[in-house]
Amino acid sequence: MVCEAFLEADTFVHRLDPRVRVVAALALAVLVAVSGRLVVPGAALALAIGLAVAARLPAGATLKRLAGLNVFVLVLAAVLPLSVPGPAAFAVGPLAFSGAGLLQAAAIALKANAILLAVTALLSTMELSDLGHALHHLRLPDKLVHLLLFSVRYIEVLRHEYGRLLRAMRVRGFRPRTNRHTYRTIGYLVGMLLVRSVDRSERILAAMKCRGFKGRFYLLDHFRIRPSDTAFAAAAGLVLLALGWVEWGPGGWV
Amino acid sequence: MSADGLPLLAFRGVAFAYDRDRPVLEGVDLEVRAGERLGLVGPNGSGKTTLLHLAVGLLHPTAGHIEAFGEARREEKDFHEVRGRVGLLFQDPEDQLFSPTVAEDVAFGPLNLGKSREEARAIVGETLQALDLGGYEDRITHHLSYGEKRLVALASVLAMRPEVLLLDEPTDGLDEHYEGRLTGILRGLGQAMVLVSHDRGFLAMVANRGACIRQCRLEPLDLA
Repeated sequence: MVCEAFLEADTFVHRLDPRVRVVAALALAVLVAVSGRLVVPGAALALAIGLAVAARLPAGATLKRLAGLNVFVLVLAAVLPLSVPGPAAFAVGPLAFSGAGLLQAAAIALKANAILLAVTALLSTMELSDLGHALHHLRLPDKLVHLLLFSVRYIEVLRHEYGRLLRAMRVRGFRPRTNRHTYRTIGYLVGMLLVRSVDRSERILAAMKCRGFKGRFYLLDHFRIRPSDTAFAAAAGLVLLALGWVEWGPGGWV
Repeated sequence: MSADGLPLLAFRGVAFAYDRDRPVLEGVDLEVRAGERLGLVGPNGSGKTTLLHLAVGLLHPTAGHIEAFGEARREEKDFHEVRGRVGLLFQDPEDQLFSPTVAEDVAFGPLNLGKSREEARAIVGETLQALDLGGYEDRITHHLSYGEKRLVALASVLAMRPEVLLLDEPTDGLDEHYEGRLTGILRGLGQAMVLVSHDRGFLAMVANRGACIRQCRLEPLDLA
């Protein structure tokens, strides 16, 4: 799958309990998202870089992921200084760039990169099935957990089916062009995928019924909190408290 | 088991059609008794899979009825008990293995039958060991090879400790190595079986009785 590059290393981050990682990533993301000061997302970005290094994230795959995000950030960085009212920080010809807009753009850039990098370091480094289990143990509604687990299980099967259909089209000389024949063919391809998915889901349900499925799932739990998890949770808690203190405490930081 | 000589599974004059004008099965009478391994052959689309699905109540006959373990079974709820005692191995293991890990997939049936987690875990260990799949517990199901998926799917059916096994094209798509492993496993099992296959060599090795679907009807067949 796309994100398997992040699973390859075996660092202490990879070995942390998935539940601890989910909670830590979520808490950090929320804190950073609601923060109104630059220093909090700035510190979070530094932390996230530290985590990424500790988890030995592959540079190529990580930068590619961040690049996708930063295309949007760049658009905002170009538009916000022009659209947010306030005294101009500088001007290029007739275009006045407002200081408030620049600050907002910087805050968004810091927040988005910090959150994505932290989530990549903490969550992309676990199997998606572990993520599903962690969410179940964290009392997320079963339906959502099962939706995730079924998607994880069958997305590759669907991709293979798509690949097979596409190859079968290619060997009969299909080249995508901008014409009605192409649109109709792609329509058939998508339609066929849908039909096959519905058929498959019926066969899966039949197979589940044969094994006594009556609408309830049972997960075998296999997580155990170890001292390293407690230590990481404590450290994460302290860091988050410190960031919260900076954000809402009495100090006059900016 | 059927010490009283009753068949484990019986079809009594069963007919089935997906649409009214094209019958798939007509007047099918079939009995499966303890120790029998019925090899079932027939052309593509002749109703072999349909017959297996009728036996566990995934489909219902348009005429006649199914008996299992000495009782007539007609409605969905009649088949809940049957499914705990008759294991169906689907043709495509992708349809059967839906859990993220092997252990969870094999435990799915036992947990549904009301076993505790500890019991289920023990059953998973034993079943995988018996199929020479020890150590597969934490493997991710969609990362397995096709042959491994087939064997794990069989494990997930055997974990329910069925008295009858229904196998739909069990050797389909397997290489020699996995076909050999599967043949060895099936020959070593004590359950009554219905084996749907096009592979006459495989049937000759495993089955001890043959039948053929020809023009919607079931006929005896010499497999040798």
